[in-house]
Amino acid sequence: MSKSTVGENPTAAPEDQDLGAAGSQLSTAPKEELPNLPAMGFVGWVRWFWRQLTSMRVALLLLLLLALGAIPGSLIPQTGSDETKVADFRDRHEILAPIYDKLGLFHVYSSVWFSAIYILLFVSLIGCIVPRTWQFVGQLRGRPPGAPKRLTRLPAYTTWRTETEPEQIREAALALLKKNRFRALPHSLEDAGGAPIAGDAVAAEKGYLREVGNLLFHIALIVMLIAFAWGQLFKSEGNKLLVEGNGFSNTLISYDDFKSGNLFSTDDLTPFSFGLNDFTGTYEASGPNKGTPRTYQASLTYSEGAYGKDRKAIVKVNEPLEIGDSKVYLTAHGYAPVITVRDGKGKVVYSDAVPLLPLDSNVTSSGVVKVYDGYKNAKGVTEQLGVKAFFLPTYTAGNEISSSFPALINPVLNLEPYHGDLGVDSGIPQSVYQLDKTHMKGFKDSKGKQMRENLRPGETVKLPNGAGSITYEGTKEWANFQITQQPASGWALAGSLAAIFGLAASLFIQRRRVWVRAVKGADGVTVVEMAGLGRSESAKVPEELGDLAGILYEQAPGAPDPDDDSDDDLDPTTAIDSAVPAEGAEK
Amino acid sequence: MTLAAATNESLANLSNTLIYSAMAVYTLAFFAYIAEWLFGSRSKVGRTAAALTSAKKASGAPAVTVKKAGGTAVLERPKVVVRAATGTRDVPDGPGAHGGDEQGDLYGRIAVSLTVLAFVIAFGGVLTRALSVQRAPWGNMYEFNITFSTVAVGVYLTLLALKTNVRWLGLFLTTSVLLDLGLAVTVLYTASDQLVPALHSYWLYIHVSTAIICGAVFYVGAVSTLLYLFKDSYENKLANGGTPGRFANSVLDRLPASASLDKFSYRVNAAVFPLWTFTIIAGAIWAGDAWGRYWGWDPKETWSFITWVAYACYLHARATAGWKGRKAAYLALIAFGCWLFNYYGVNIFVSGKHSYADVGLGALQSVGF
Ligand code: HEM
Repeated sequence: MSKSTVGENPTAAPEDQDLGAAGSQLSTAPKEELPNLPAMGFVGWVRWFWRQLTSMRVALLLLLLLALGAIPGSLIPQTGSDETKVADFRDRHEILAPIYDKLGLFHVYSSVWFSAIYILLFVSLIGCIVPRTWQFVGQLRGRPPGAPKRLTRLPAYTTWRTETEPEQIREAALALLKKNRFRALPHSLEDAGGAPIAGDAVAAEKGYLREVGNLLFHIALIVMLIAFAWGQLFKSEGNKLLVEGNGFSNTLISYDDFKSGNLFSTDDLTPFSFGLNDFTGTYEASGPNKGTPRTYQASLTYSEGAYGKDRKAIVKVNEPLEIGDSKVYLTAHGYAPVITVRDGKGKVVYSDAVPLLPLDSNVTSSGVVKVYDGYKNAKGVTEQLGVKAFFLPTYTAGNEISSSFPALINPVLNLEPYHGDLGVDSGIPQSVYQLDKTHMKGFKDSKGKQMRENLRPGETVKLPNGAGSITYEGTKEWANFQITQQPASGWALAGSLAAIFGLAASLFIQRRRVWVRAVKGADGVTVVEMAGLGRSESAKVPEELGDLAGILYEQAPGAPDPDDDSDDDLDPTTAIDSAVPAEGAEK
Repeated sequence: MTLAAATNESLANLSNTLIYSAMAVYTLAFFAYIAEWLFGSRSKVGRTAAALTSAKKASGAPAVTVKKAGGTAVLERPKVVVRAATGTRDVPDGPGAHGGDEQGDLYGRIAVSLTVLAFVIAFGGVLTRALSVQRAPWGNMYEFNITFSTVAVGVYLTLLALKTNVRWLGLFLTTSVLLDLGLAVTVLYTASDQLVPALHSYWLYIHVSTAIICGAVFYVGAVSTLLYLFKDSYENKLANGGTPGRFANSVLDRLPASASLDKFSYRVNAAVFPLWTFTIIAGAIWAGDAWGRYWGWDPKETWSFITWVAYACYLHARATAGWKGRKAAYLALIAFGCWLFNYYGVNIFVSGKHSYADVGLGALQSVGF
């Protein structure tokens, strides 16, 4: 570290050393002290620790740690956002994964160490805000500090001589400063250090809102954190896939999957129900972006509570339906061919819409029709059926393996039927979209190959040897809904708005002081001195001082300088000249 | 329908032509800035050195400069004397790239005029692109890049128009704008396209436009921070009686004083920090509407947060004893690095819900569609 950089960073602001009380308390930032070792004893240590924790230096280090700590979570898959990626990572990194597990790196943002960082930071924050608030209240109730003896030492300074009486000037200055929304007091009221000081100056201060803003910002951070934590603990989030015409009621068992915060209880679920009337998707029909989705919307009928009135609503991708504390989002869609399966005797053993999973952006889809019971084969033996389904909403000749457009233009359903035991009794949970073929046998076509048939809506395929038939009746659409409940989000929003306003006030408002001194010199001419001090060196402080001085000068016009017989229209060089001797004379 | 598609296509082509033309003009501006620096190097001013050595000789004498000359011509006013805080160096600002050389100054002016011209053309390019897709021009990285560089130049020109002493930024700015646009038209180019439904939200307009403005201003702050570090070392060396290299002497001497650069970068960073805060909150509101949660530690969200915390660190550091000056400047650079990574790094290397901002598709999966 170079010499001059050290020179720039004295432990106390240079103004403080120079100006005593006048320069102090322009902010409520904690005084920096070097980490001296405490006196022995438990209380001493606790106090030492507390003072360290609430110092600016430690707050800064904790903030840095927070930023660093957030990084791994963005690079390593997280259970909170993508479980399958985590599982995949575990498979691929057998050595790393257990280490990551120990360190909580698969759930960084709820890990012990990450929580420790932000909890310490917020303890530090509270420990910082409380004393600062008191200090600030004290500053508000006190008075702006009196004028320092040597105003020339202040960052912005101006002076002139005038015939006007000092009292008059001080009164005018007081009025002027008050008019400019300064908190201004005649200096005579000030008795800093106990001894009354001669009433020769006016002291004024402005920009208290900066401190208010800063405190508001830091308090708002606490509000945001609490609201966020509350939301995490009491949130719930679940998914439900609905085919057109079907309905859902908001109870735990109705969900396809459900996650909730640690303190969530099922009683917290808002009572409501809804049904999907219709899903509409529109797509770019031509041009280079043919097939790109344009709109998705689901029209619902919903009712609140157990006996609520039926109401209609449209849910779009960015426009969830809000019911009480809950929001219903549209998150995915696909096709559900309606399929009817008959046994050899023509009895309907299955008839339903089968939701298929989209595989690509043109909604090429696949899934399985599973007939669990009721089916008897040609010999009258009870069996189960599994039919792999592959679906193209827009089939074009020559392209058998993928759809060429996402909308239903020329739908073709490819079926691949099997019979035997679906294996649902084995106890292992099965995906509804996959077929476990271990105990299944394929139906063979006339050439002895696995039977595969393309169907268009309304068409039926006969299973060989009188085993029955499968009919593709038509196509419905399905939509997936995510239902979330996240309490306290209003508080989070309020906190963040407060944070922005507080921050803006804290950064854009200057807190500054102005002193005006007027004393009669030995020659009977009044010397007016004005000085300004800001918290940081800013061009605004001298500018403002210049404006104020300009107005005051009109009321107390300059008198000729005794040792300058030209006039008082000083040019910049003489301004410097006159300032320098003033400084030098004091030495 | 087909007619509309055709107009859109021709607008998109016009946009491409305009962007290429803007690049050509930026290149000319770039050379003009180079000429400014080259001609400026003819005049050996050495103001910094002079100020520092004379300050040494007359040690203890207070350094004063006059900030405000007399008021209006009609009524003269008392002059305000400004005094630097004790302990800080008091070095005058350098004269700028032209170094007081007349021809250099002329080239500098030409460079600024060319920059204005290029800005207007690039603005036209962005506008026609927006019209061709009938939405805001930031649906993918190509559009983001062209908008970003245009806004960055806009920030620079606005500062110039406000009579801020920033002409020295010109060369650095045009260099990176050319890089940014070069990247846009080669690697990131995406044919004009409309948005997937997930991106249909007015929060997108608010969130992304403020993000772009923040990035542009952070960029200006980062460049001046970097130059501050160089200039500060240079001043240190001079103050300690060292002799900096000829290049440093010639180039750094013409920059504003390190204190001015430091102050400028602080102002710039502090001024956009609330806007960046707002950007993140707007993003959270949008995420709340689109994905069912306002915060989910998605990589993009995480890096916005990291960037925010890093800038908060920087602002804090400036109020913390022992952290002002160079250390705070390093923090500001790190913070800008986070911003850059959030834009390029996360889009390219990390997959997340925001992947539609990417060059590729992935748009559908991103929202579950
Ligand atoms: C939760 C993490 C925190 C964040 C994100 C944060 C952020 C900020 C920001 C952005 C500023 C700049 C505003 C300005 O310069 O006026 C600031 C100022 C300040 N912060 Fe924090 N802060 C945090 C925690 C703390 C803590 C723990 C303390 C107490 C030790 C603290 C004390 C201060 C003080 C005294 C200022 C005003 C400095 C001045 O007057 O210039 N902050 N903070």
